[in-house]
Amino acid sequence: MAYTESEILEGLAEIVSEETGLPTDSVQLDKSFTDDLDIDSLSMMTIVTLAEEKFSVRIPDDEVKNLATVGDAVSFINNAQA
Amino acid sequence: MTRATLNQASGAKFSRIMGLGAVRGELVVTNDDIAGPIDSSDEWIRQRTGIVTRRRAPEGVDVIDLSEQAAREAIENAGLQPSDIDAVILSTVTWFHQTPAGAAVLADRLGVTPAAAWDISAACAGYAYGIGQADALVRAGTARHVLVVGAEKMSDFIDPTDRSISFLLGDGAGAAVVGPSDFPGIGPTVWGSDGSKAQAVRQTHSWQEFKADPELEWPTLRQDGQSVFKWASFQMGPVAQRALDAAGVTADQIQAFVPHQANMRIIDQIIKQLKLPESVAVGRDIADTGNTSAASIPLATERLLREGQVSSGDLSLQIGFGGGLVYAAQVVVLP
Repeated sequence: MAYTESEILEGLAEIVSEETGLPTDSVQLDKSFTDDLDIDSLSMMTIVTLAEEKFSVRIPDDEVKNLATVGDAVSFINNAQA
Repeated sequence: MTRATLNQASGAKFSRIMGLGAVRGELVVTNDDIAGPIDSSDEWIRQRTGIVTRRRAPEGVDVIDLSEQAAREAIENAGLQPSDIDAVILSTVTWFHQTPAGAAVLADRLGVTPAAAWDISAACAGYAYGIGQADALVRAGTARHVLVVGAEKMSDFIDPTDRSISFLLGDGAGAAVVGPSDFPGIGPTVWGSDGSKAQAVRQTHSWQEFKADPELEWPTLRQDGQSVFKWASFQMGPVAQRALDAAGVTADQIQAFVPHQANMRIIDQIIKQLKLPESVAVGRDIADTGNTSAASIPLATERLLREGQVSSGDLSLQIGFGGGLVYAAQVVVLP
């Protein structure tokens, strides 16, 4: 069963919160992982890996640098479900 | 004519680590000492890696010098004489000779000749590979007392301007003597490789390319840090779990967890994956020693023992992983 975009955002926010300690409601589509959420490259890999498991998708390592914002990640995961 | 029947070797029922030795490079190199050429800072390096200092050996000290010191200590701690050693396994990626093997040179230096001697190239997993081999040799009767050394002078293999791995690396040697035992002292080795990721930790160029092009610099090490982080953090937990399962013990029955000292954040993530109880002492020698590749597991183990965090007879889960990519894990009884 495919996740909706809002379910993906919600799930991703939980993962980010678990990794960083940030409140889930700070994880919004327009937020930049690095500039707004202060997530470094290793935390980003952790978040990506946990998202792969949660949403049963594959996010290639080379793709991670293109996921600048939370919205980018939500879109990628949404498309990867197809 | 009937074929004559051969004798086949058979060895001890069980094996164990009888003694450990550990040597760290004598120079203490701080983050501030190396931050300039990589445009970094003490705070950035601590936050990304958990490293506060790394230990490095001075010019003129090579990987055999470090190995000899650690090996002599291990043989003495095992209550043995050099003449008792009949096989020497050296794991290193920083012995800069295609031939002869560093192990043969080391064996001669130690006076253990004519022990069998060979090198293994399994990078940061090399010590755990060596313990797996030694365990098999002793139980098969191919050798009685095997000296396993993980030794590196990584500072000969780094580029001060490299931001991917050089700043993590330190120099040192750890040694163990594996011999026959009255009780099971080394659990089954769970090991493997993934050569599809051979470029994840690599040399900048081959020795042949270096020879052919006078413009090229001395080859040094690089890694794809994020990919290696992901692989190590999330795929090594299941490998470590398989080593526990193969040994027939659970996470709450071990006293120590000693992963390869690659990055404190990898260590923390594997602990999470394994759901290790807080009662288990964790090797975190990387903070002071840095990443010493094949030497890191015995160095971190020696430190836990020296600081009294664990005792002789305790169970330790150890896992090495690194360039290849390769990995190996086993549960051992601490000497």
